[in-house]
Amino acid sequence: MNAKIKKLLVAGLATALVSACGESKKGDSKQETALNTDAASKVYVAPGKHDEFYLFTSGGFSGQVGVYGLPSGRLFREIPVFSQDPETGYGYNEETKPMLQTSYGFVPWGDAHHPKLSQTDGKHDGRWLFINENNTPRIARIDLTTFETVEIIEIPNAGGNHSSPYVTQNTEYVFAGTRFSVPIPQKDVPIDSYKENFKGTLSFIKVEKESGDMSLAFQILVPGYDYDLATGGKGPSHGWAFFSTYNTEQGYTLKEKTASQNDKDYVAAVNWKKAEEYIAQGKYQEWDVEYYNNEYDEEKHMATSKVEKKVKVLIPAECPGLIYYLPTPKSPHGIDVDPSGKYIVASGKLSADVTVHSFEKIQEAIENGDIIGEVDGIPVLNPEKTVVGVVKSGGLGPLHTEFDDKGYAYTSFFISSEIVKWKLGTWEVVDRIPTYYSIGHLCVPGGGSMHPWGKYVIALNKITKDRYLPTGPELTQSAQLIDISGEKMELLLDFPTVGEPHYAQAIPAEILAPRSKKVFKLEDNKHPYAVKSEAEARVERKGNEVHVYMTTIRSHFSPDFIEGVKVGDVVYFHVTNLEQDWDIPHGFAVMGANNAELLIMPGQTETLRWEPKKAGVYPFYCSDFCSALHQEMQGYIRVSEKGSNVPLKWGLGESKEEK
Amino acid sequence: MMTTVSSTSASTRQHRLSLPVRIALAAVVVAMIISFRYPMWSIYLDAPQYPEGIKMEIWYDNVGGDDPSVLQNVNLLNHYIGMKPIEPDAIPELRWMPYIVWGLIIVGAVCVISGSFRLLVTWAVLFTLLAAVGLYDFYLWEYDYGHNLDPEAPIKALDSYQPPLIGSKQLLNITATSLPDIGGVILIAGLTVIYLCIIWEWINRKKSYGVA
Repeated sequence: MNAKIKKLLVAGLATALVSACGESKKGDSKQETALNTDAASKVYVAPGKHDEFYLFTSGGFSGQVGVYGLPSGRLFREIPVFSQDPETGYGYNEETKPMLQTSYGFVPWGDAHHPKLSQTDGKHDGRWLFINENNTPRIARIDLTTFETVEIIEIPNAGGNHSSPYVTQNTEYVFAGTRFSVPIPQKDVPIDSYKENFKGTLSFIKVEKESGDMSLAFQILVPGYDYDLATGGKGPSHGWAFFSTYNTEQGYTLKEKTASQNDKDYVAAVNWKKAEEYIAQGKYQEWDVEYYNNEYDEEKHMATSKVEKKVKVLIPAECPGLIYYLPTPKSPHGIDVDPSGKYIVASGKLSADVTVHSFEKIQEAIENGDIIGEVDGIPVLNPEKTVVGVVKSGGLGPLHTEFDDKGYAYTSFFISSEIVKWKLGTWEVVDRIPTYYSIGHLCVPGGGSMHPWGKYVIALNKITKDRYLPTGPELTQSAQLIDISGEKMELLLDFPTVGEPHYAQAIPAEILAPRSKKVFKLEDNKHPYAVKSEAEARVERKGNEVHVYMTTIRSHFSPDFIEGVKVGDVVYFHVTNLEQDWDIPHGFAVMGANNAELLIMPGQTETLRWEPKKAGVYPFYCSDFCSALHQEMQGYIRVSEKGSNVPLKWGLGESKEEK
Repeated sequence: MMTTVSSTSASTRQHRLSLPVRIALAAVVVAMIISFRYPMWSIYLDAPQYPEGIKMEIWYDNVGGDDPSVLQNVNLLNHYIGMKPIEPDAIPELRWMPYIVWGLIIVGAVCVISGSFRLLVTWAVLFTLLAAVGLYDFYLWEYDYGHNLDPEAPIKALDSYQPPLIGSKQLLNITATSLPDIGGVILIAGLTVIYLCIIWEWINRKKSYGVA
């Protein structure tokens, strides 16, 4: 069509619409209004009503996890994971400081990427949420009864923990691959010796069935490519894990060019059941390493760090059948297995097409020896034998694919900024919808499992530009909610997110909400500095350490006056919240604290370290508006000069002195 | 025709209870034993901040709630108005109450076994008196908690925070509703059945004396 005619037509149509709107009372614009109202009503959750799904988004460079409701897009909580959080005292109080310990010392920040829910029988069971940290390779486990981080394990022999943390069908393992290859074990070598010295690892972390306790089971030493994303096999492909790779060129400088030369990179298919056999047979090397495993005890309300010194390493050349490479175009990012477990979908981010490997065909190719090469003992399978379909998308830059429960796949396209819906089996595109702008990953509730709840797809965008009110150069991050219950995808809602949403997982609220904890039982509190009644509240001196065993209950601290502290002392406020009522946390803030506040949940004990520097009397107070007499919930601590003989004295109403 | 005069009884005038009445009374006895498993009375507290409500339960031998922390939470709310904390250990009635109910159950059981009409009447009188005294005592406790307030209380808004004996009352931000719970309903129903049995037997006795 002639461009001019097109423009005229558009102008004419616009005029028609405008005039229709002007006569809205006559009902001509009803259809338009009805459509808008429909989208609004689909995301409207009335005040006091609950959302249908929980959405967990990665906070990206915030290091945390955002918890939202769907379809409303309302933010409920930010769970502190890899970054210190002054609001809750996470990473500042004595109990949670060990959570951020690593073999590099205390690391107060992390780059969180991919939240993954635990599974039982291929279905999201709502027990734990795992999330990786890319920068200082770690994986965290969040307990979904408390929404608190309860464990962080460091991954040794790794750089850039990006293809992580993916789960197996029954959460036997969470696994992780290295995005940045490094000398393994680390050593001082010239960077241009990349090809010779740099390696990657694929790590398998065992998850204890009942407790969820993580431990590094084994690592597989692999060629020095960039292992980008991963996915667990399921159903027929259960027992396998798949990792996408780029930079099979092994460039180490100007990677945007050097890592983008090959038409095909690899998908690594790992038979982890075979790996278990090799481990059982002792066909591994034991390497000396150092990594931290930090665990939070929910009864002690306290984290402890364990330093591990050994890891079992499998060398592919010594373990035939452990791992295969599947040539796949081009620099694939997302690697995703469909709910049936039959298809392995690779989104080649520098190509237009989506490549689908068949698990069955992979097995046939292995059996028939359809091998076209070998890298460091890893057989490269003939792609002509493994690829079962190619989605001719018409888009550009496929990144990631998730699935609904009706046989459709949804692939995000970063460059053409859209979601493309296509049919499994026929590989034909059936619908597409633009995203605003430059979508990265996407999320269907139940994504990555065998049982998706295909009601929505959430677009996790990288750029927002003009979508919201501007806030200076730094704009909000954003997600978009799209209805996929019908034949055509329909955009319902834009909503801002905390940090960059690299990936998200959603789960029906009916699975999580009933298990959500309301209070910690005071009688179960095993914190060594807990006091369970005001009668036990006291102050003890041990050399220059002063331990305040303090309680909070509406609306006072006990003790609320303390004397006999001296400059040079280190004061530990061990504060136990005696409340046993829902939604009655108390805060604790003391003047001049160099760390943060405490935010203590009912039944919990937390400790703030305070080092007074000048003599005087300093107030402390409750920082969480707890009750009608919250403003009265305050106290004083007197600090005397070094060497003064003011006796240790404390009290609430009446005073007590140290015997 | 029912037997109205027992030849074996010491008192020849002794009226014997009919079988259906004895079954009904036996049911009352059993229900009273079962009532130990339920709270006798409940006070529901509703406030804007407590959409889920607080249910304080009064048992024969305890004051508490469906959650072990209910009493603490109620006392925390009450301390702002200077109400003294409810401490079950400080309420002696909670120690006696189970014995009183067991006493009534035993009287009832003997009444069922012996079939004595006189004993049935005694049971009804005892039961009624004890229930009345119990309710009056409950009222006194409520009066005490509602009026005997700490003069240094942070919030002095009302002269009385006495909850209702039965029914609903607005106390500042809290709507207090006091109602018999399952245990109390069993007792009320039991007492009603006892009275109905007395009336039934009384009518029948008149009839049979008429025949005799």
